[in-house]
Order: sequence, then structure tokens, then C-alpha cells
Amino acid sequence: MDKAAGKVIGITGNMVTVEVDGTIAMNEVGYVIVGDTRLKSEIIRISGTTAELQVFEMTQGVSVGDSVEFTGEMLSVTLGPGLLGQVYDGLQNPLPELAEQCGFFLQRGIYLDALDGTKKWKFSPAVKKGDSVRVSDAVGTVKEGIFDHRIMVPFYLPEDEYTVSSITEEGSFTISETVCTISNTKGRTYDLSMSFEWPVKRAVKTYAERLKPDKPMITKVRLIDTLLPVARGGTYCIPGPFGAGKTVLQQITSRHAEVDIVIIAACGERAGEVVETLKEFPELTDPRTGKSLMERTIIICNTSSMPVAAREASVYTAVTLAEYYRQMGLHVLLLADSTSRWAQAMREMSGRLEEIPGEEAFPAYLESVIASFYERAGVVRLNDGSLGSVTIGGTVSPAGGNFEEPVTQATLKVVGAFHGLSRERSDARKYPAIHPLESWSKYEGVIEKPKVAYVTDLLFRGEEVNQMMKVVGEEGTSNEDYVIYLKSDFIDSVYLQQNSFDPVDGAVSIERQQYVFDRLFKIAASEFEVESKEDARHFFNQLRQLYIDWNGAAWDSDSFQEIEQSIEEKFKQKWISYDSHIKSLRTEA
Amino acid sequence: MRKVYTRIESISGNVITVRAEGIKNGDLAVVNSVYGSSLANVIRLKHDQVSLQVFAGARGVSTGDEVRFLGKPMQVSFSDNLLGRIFDGSGRPRDNGPELKENMIDIGGPSVNPAKRIIPKNMIRTGIPMIDVFNSLVESQKLPIFSVSGEPYNPLLARIALQAEVDLIILGGIGLKYDDYLYFRETLEEGGAMSRTIFFVHTASDPTVEGLLVPDVSLAVAEQFALQGKKVLVLLTDMTNFADAMKEIAITMEQVPSNRGYPGDLYSQLASRYEKAVDFDEAGSVTILAVTTMPGDDVTHPVPDNTGYITEGQYYLKNGRIEPFGSLSRLKQQVNDKTRDDHRALMDGMIKLYASYKESLEKKSMGFRMSDWDKKLLSYGELFEEKMMDLSVNIPLEQALDLGWEILSQCFEKDETGLRSGLVNKHWPEDAAYGKDTADEK
Ligand SMILES: Nc1ncnc2c1ncn2[C@@H]1O[C@H](COP(=O)(O)OP(=O)(O)OP(=O)(O)O)[C@@H](O)[C@H]1O
Ligand SMILES: [Mg+2]
Repeated sequence: MDKAAGKVIGITGNMVTVEVDGTIAMNEVGYVIVGDTRLKSEIIRISGTTAELQVFEMTQGVSVGDSVEFTGEMLSVTLGPGLLGQVYDGLQNPLPELAEQCGFFLQRGIYLDALDGTKKWKFSPAVKKGDSVRVSDAVGTVKEGIFDHRIMVPFYLPEDEYTVSSITEEGSFTISETVCTISNTKGRTYDLSMSFEWPVKRAVKTYAERLKPDKPMITKVRLIDTLLPVARGGTYCIPGPFGAGKTVLQQITSRHAEVDIVIIAACGERAGEVVETLKEFPELTDPRTGKSLMERTIIICNTSSMPVAAREASVYTAVTLAEYYRQMGLHVLLLADSTSRWAQAMREMSGRLEEIPGEEAFPAYLESVIASFYERAGVVRLNDGSLGSVTIGGTVSPAGGNFEEPVTQATLKVVGAFHGLSRERSDARKYPAIHPLESWSKYEGVIEKPKVAYVTDLLFRGEEVNQMMKVVGEEGTSNEDYVIYLKSDFIDSVYLQQNSFDPVDGAVSIERQQYVFDRLFKIAASEFEVESKEDARHFFNQLRQLYIDWNGAAWDSDSFQEIEQSIEEKFKQKWISYDSHIKSLRTEA
Repeated sequence: MRKVYTRIESISGNVITVRAEGIKNGDLAVVNSVYGSSLANVIRLKHDQVSLQVFAGARGVSTGDEVRFLGKPMQVSFSDNLLGRIFDGSGRPRDNGPELKENMIDIGGPSVNPAKRIIPKNMIRTGIPMIDVFNSLVESQKLPIFSVSGEPYNPLLARIALQAEVDLIILGGIGLKYDDYLYFRETLEEGGAMSRTIFFVHTASDPTVEGLLVPDVSLAVAEQFALQGKKVLVLLTDMTNFADAMKEIAITMEQVPSNRGYPGDLYSQLASRYEKAVDFDEAGSVTILAVTTMPGDDVTHPVPDNTGYITEGQYYLKNGRIEPFGSLSRLKQQVNDKTRDDHRALMDGMIKLYASYKESLEKKSMGFRMSDWDKKLLSYGELFEEKMMDLSVNIPLEQALDLGWEILSQCFEKDETGLRSGLVNKHWPEDAAYGKDTADEK
């Protein structure tokens, strides 16, 4: 295909209008040439011989008449071994390498290779000459950290039966050397290296079947795993006003979630937050593998002061990398912070294109774009029968903290779980500030459902009593109701709230959650002998104190058992009976 | 390139359009009218039509006035000669000193590569317990004071600036009242800080659009000093004026507003300024303390709202006090684990109790009987407000922590604090009113 060229005829913000000579395609990449700098851009509208391009860089210094070269290719990422542990910008430029070359500041127009082309990887073949393979099947593997990185038949080849016509023996190769040659049913041959390109805006669909997400993804946050679980291959969102704890929640999830690979897309948020991850992860060991956390992490970072158009690209870059590792039978978690910034980037472009604005000036296609992004999550069965998944969790930053706005609403329509953060809870330092009663999840958790339902119900009733007390006062509340309130408040403080920065409490294994929840459930389902409200309050304060200390004691430590003993004693002091409706407790009583 | 254009095609708001060729996006021009000359910069190009925003405002500009393109973007002089000097928004002297022309640097330059930042780690002590204990300020933080107009935000800013151990203070005034400008000048002079201060001041009586340049100019200079290893503190007051100037331009350019007339890129625009706050790997730092006045005391107004999503927390100034709710320092956890073992726990514990106090207060105002627990909370809340929140309190962090324990022990029993027993037993004052209680039993 002949590559088109053009000349700039207009500039507004990061959008240039170009008079084009030749054939161009929507979303094709072009370069605006300013002196000896080439600014990467993407075609976002074509009308006749003019095209509108969003420039992924600052447009300072561009002038009318500057030439533009088109590439004939869509915006793509490079896939291959060596992605793990990398820190990329939204266009897959490795930032540490960029720093080496350009120093303190990002320099526009400099695009580096995403993967090290000189590094040799030890390739072990997985097929023999004459074997037949399909798209996405592995022809071999290399060791990438703790993973067997599959070298796959590139996703861009058409669906067909291919035959391996040659395959190298085990040996070391760079990512661009040919390791395998395959031919299709018509006899056309293809040389395969260990890397290939894939356009970011197209979902990878080369798997056998897509399954229902039905296994929980453990986050080690009690409130999530117990009450509002997330499934592997599922989707969830965290909307919340500024400062409510979205980023902290994602940061702790990125550390503790039980998945193989975590991809962090820092989209239009603070650079400082990325730096924390960037500097701390290499120092932290992943308890599951004993290796540094960085070895299972990829950071895509297009922070708020980096060019806006690349922000839009960054979420697609991230999800494409996630899909790539999913195709190896791995479980990948993609955390995007914040999807609102991505939506705003769309809004800015839409405004420059002078499209008819929808609500709050967001483009009319906002909903469908958000939906198709989350659609890229899922559990899939691969051709070889193994399972892989992409779970997507996105934060939403609603204007004014009001969830009745287009991005939150569009997101809520498509996700499987909603972890809404509340200003009241974060103001009162009740972290994680997920509102336990307003949030929801459609996924199955690990803890016995009836027990969870019982406790949730208690929380609702406790809140009702609390609201009522605001009208009739404590004196107008019965002791019984008051105890319900105290119980719910107690559960809130010792179970729903969790000290993210505490070495023990910060991440709670599912075994411990089950164990502690069981104990807590008994308290929830017990009647106690209380003389007065004051007496009841005192009793629950003491229990709370014990639980707070218990939460800080390591799982199989002596002090864990000692405190448990004290809890048991304290419990017995006032215990009368269990709720007779609960079968499982009837025998115990 | 130094061609003079004498035909202005259109004038709308503060934006003028001329026909010219070979002009670059972002370039600077000088517009000469009977009212004097003003800088302008290119904000849109379409064929040979060039739109410029005129910093001194287009009022009085006629279609026959001269426009001269300078062939370069906006720049500012950078050297030690800036120290102790006072300039206006475009970098022209406001004192009687000479105009500076050497070593011109671009403003609004590219952002720092995240890989070259480091995790901030130095606490800036202010002597204000609501800051030091509850929301510690950290070197390289970007943090605004959210305030209703009429609150003493500028004195607070000046007080922190004087108390902070920094090498350099840059004051960026945007729509600053003349009196406030004089106040800053006097206070910094009296505090002996003038020789390490640079003023870029746009006052309320200057043309609105000129205020747009202040943050960029201030931050460009700050960045250069930081690269030389200096710790720079930038004060920006008031960023709401900055946002309003942007709104004015956006409306003139007929951009579709997103929220209450503000442009859809308000977030990105504010972010590109605030993100200049940085702790450089192997160089100095830029800390930004700003003021964002909240029209109608409404935090959900687009300016404070977008700001809150960008900055690393905010101090919420209300009724002459820094409110514990609504105030936040997101970097506090980087430093408050190295101060004292009780710092974090006390910080959260005291706020949780203060939240309960507010609930009791509400019950009380509705005329309900106060339980013993409510009474305890009420006395706690009053003590807290008087001894911790009052802005006149000026004590070191350690003393403030001790004071915290004292207040707790005067009001509560140990197990009512919700704090871990180990800490309580260690820090509970000996002669506490309460305290010989259950927490010791175990
Ligand atoms: N789980 C937590 N435990 C303790 N403190 C927390 C927790 N979550 C949040 N915080 C406190 O709140 C601050 C703000 O949290 P965070 O940065 O996650 O907010 P956010 O919702 O991402 O805000 P924004 O939308 O502005 O990015 C943190 O810096 C921390 O001080
Ligand atoms: Mg955040």
C-alpha cells in the first residue's frame, strides 16, 4: 500500500487539520514534522481530502504548511517477552530508557523500542516440524521471570490451519530472529519471531470460548472479599469523590491480589502516585513467588500533565498487554486509574472536532466506548484447554463526587461489581471507604452466603436504628434496637474497616477472613445480657478493643490465640443464646 | 520574520485574529494600541488566520493596530538576579529595578519524566497541629488551601512560607488584591525572607488575561532553581482567578463548556501547572502551596472540585480554622511513620472521635438527652477545637502529640479510644483522669 502524505492547514490545541494526498484510514498513525522532530498522531476524522489528527504530543511550534507523513498502520503495541517489569508511557515508550536518553524531562518526538532488541532469550520449542497449529497456539516458550512466556502464532494471521515447516532447536535468540516458519493451507509461509505488533483498539479474540467469571479474585481486603467480591475475569468500578481512597485501594490491590500479572494503567492521574509504585515494587517481595513484585507488574503511565491524546491511548495499550498474557493461560488484573480522565480526553477531542455534545459535554458515544472497553475483560478457554483471564477494575472520578454523572452511570451499566466510596466514611477515616450498603456485587464470594446475608442484614438494620436515633434520640430507642446498632457499628469498625498500612491487617488471607468472620458471625447472631445502654456500649467497646488488637496479631502467632481466648471469655460473660433461626448454631448452643 | 501586521480581522473578547503566514502555534506577538503595548500568544491557526489571546485584554484595540510576531514562545529571564525582585505577570519589573533580559527560558515546558522523580520524604514542619499532626505537609507536595473568601488564607500562606525551611520562595499572585500584595511584601520583609523571595504579581486591577501567565512563569523559574539543587516553595494565590481567566478565553473561542461555563480541559490545564511540583532525583524540589477560593463555599464547584482531583490533598479553611474534615494531606503517610510511633494511630483515632463528637453535637442541637458517652464526646470536641484546631496554636509536633494524649485521657477511658492497647499503655499520661481500666487487665 502506498503511504499517504499531507500538509497541516489548521491547529487547535492538540488537534491538527491536514490536507491529505493519498489513501488514509481511520485511526491510522501519522507523523507531523516540525523541523527535525516527528510528532506521533492518529487520524480521528476524515472528510474528503482533509483529515483531523489528534497529536500525542504538545503542538507548540507547529505551523500551517508543515508536512505530515502517514504510516499505513494503526496505533499498535509490540508484544513479546520482556514486557513484565516495564514502565511505559501510553504509547509504550519505556520511561526509564527515555530518562537515560533525555534526562529529567520528557522530550517530544522521541519514540524508543518497547522491547530490548539485543537481549537474548532462551527459546524452548513446543512443536515439531509437521505439527499443525492455529492462531495464538504456542510454538515454544521462553522463561520470563517466573512465567513460561508462550511464543504464539501471531494474532494478526487469519484463522486457518497452519503447518510447522521449520522450528529451531532450543537456543538463545533476540526477539526479532526467526524461530519458526509455518505455512497455511494454501502453502503460503510465514516466518515467526518472538515478537509481533497488534493494534490496541482491537480486542484479541483468538481463543476457544469465553466463559462465565465464577471464581473469586482474592484481594485480601475483607470488605471486598467477604461482602462485595470480584470475580476473575470480571469487571468492577470504584467511583468516589477526590481523596476518598480510590488510588490507595488500587495500590493495595495491585500488591496483594491473587493473580499472576498486574497491569497498572495510571491514566491522567498524579505522577507521584506512579513513582510510589515504581520505586517500591522492586523492593517488595511477592509472598506467592518470593520474587519482587515488579516481576509480575507492568506500569502504563500517562499522568495528568502528559499529553492528553496519549492518555486516551494508554488504557487501550494496557488492556492489549493484558489480553496478550491472558493468551498464555495466565490470570491478569488490569487496574485503571482513572477512567474519568480517559473519558475527559475523549471529551476534549470531541469538543475540538465540534461534535454535538451530550450530557456535560461528553460525546454521545461515551457509553458504547466504555462498554466495549470493559467487554475486553473475561475468562477464556484457550485452544489448548487452559484458562486465562483479564479482570478489569477502573476508578471513576465523578465531578463533584456525584454519581449521577455520565461516566459513572455508563460504567455502572456494564460492570459486575460496584465499590462506591463515600465522603462521610473517608472523612471519618473509616477506610477502605467503600460504602458497604450502597455498593453491590453480582459475583460469588468465598464466605458462606447465608452468613454474609445475615451480617449484611444486620448492617442494614443497624443503619436504620442509627438513622432513627437521630430523630427520636437514644432515649426513644429500645435496648434491643440499641444493641443492633452497637453490633453493626462493631462489625464495621473491626471487620469492614481495615488498616491498609499495617503489616498484618493490611492484607488478610482468605483463611483468616473465613475464620474471623465465623467468630464475628456468632457475635452478630447472639443475644447478650445487658442491663442498660451504657452497659451494652461498654461491653461492645471492650470487644472492639480486643478485636482491634486481634487484627494486628499475625495469623498463627501466640498472641493471636491469646487474644482469641480473651475474646471468648469476654463473649461468654454476657452471652445468653444464639438466634434460634440459625440452624448451624443450634447444635453449637 | 519580524514583520508587522496592521490589519486585525476580528476582535472578540480578548482574542484577536489576523492574517499572517509562517506563524507557529504558541508563538508570541506584541500588540500595540493607543493604550500601550501588550503581549499576545497564538492559540489557533487556520489556513492564514491566526488567533491570538491578548494578555492585557483587547479592550481599546482597533482593527488598524499593529501586531508584531516575535517568532518565539513566551519566555522569562532566569538567574540569581531575580532574587528579591518583584515582577508583573508578564515578567516586567514592578519594582524600580532593571528589566532582566539574560538567559531567557521557555515557560510551560514539558513534564518531568516520572522515572526521574523520587518519593518525597521530608516533612515540612509548620508548628500548626492541624497540619503537622493530622495532615503533614511534605516537601514537593502540591497542596491548595480551600477557602471561602474572607478567610485569612493569605496570612496562613505567609506564615507557612516563613516557617518552612526552604531555600527560595516564589510568590505568584493572580488577581491579588493590592493590599494583600503589600501584606506579603511587608511580612516577608519583616521575616527577613525578602532576599530569597521572587514575586510575580498580577493584581486585581491588572487585565484578567495577564494572570494566565503567572503560574507558568513562576513555575518555570522554580523548576530551574530546583534543577540547581534548591528547595523552592511556590505560593500561588488565587488559582480560582486563574481558572476564571481561562473560562473567559474559552467562552470567547466558543468552546463547548463542560460544567458551569468552564472548559472541558480545565482538569488538564490545572494539572499541567500543579504537576510541576516535584522532588527531583539528585537535585532540588518544587513545593506548591496554592489558594483556591470556593465560590459560595461550595467544594463541588468545578474549580475546587477539579483541583482536589489533582493536588495531593488540601487544607480546608473555615471559620478561621483548618477543618479536620475536608482537609487531607495525601503525602502524610510518607513521613508520619518516621516521626513517632504514636503519630499515625493518634491522628486517625482523634479524628474518628471528633467525627463522633459531631454526631453527638447534632443530637444535642435536636434537643435529645445526652448519654454519658455523648457527654464525654462533647467535652472532647470542645477541648480538641480549643487546643488543637485554633490557628493561634503554635507548637512543635511532639508537643502536639503529647497534648493529644492529654486531651484523650481527660475525656475517655483507655478502651474508648479505639486505639491499640500497646500504644495506649505506652503514651497514656500517668496522672490521667481516667485510665485505671480494662486495657491494663490483659
Ligand atoms: N485504606 C486507607 N487507609 C488509610 N488511609 C487511606 C486509605 N485510603 C485513603 N487513605 C488516605 O486518603 C488519601 C487519599 O486517598 P487516595 O489518593 O486513594 O484518594 P483518591 O480517591 O484516589 O483521590 P483522587 O480522586 O483525588 O485521586 C490517602 O493519601 C491517604 O492519606
Ligand atoms: Mg486517586
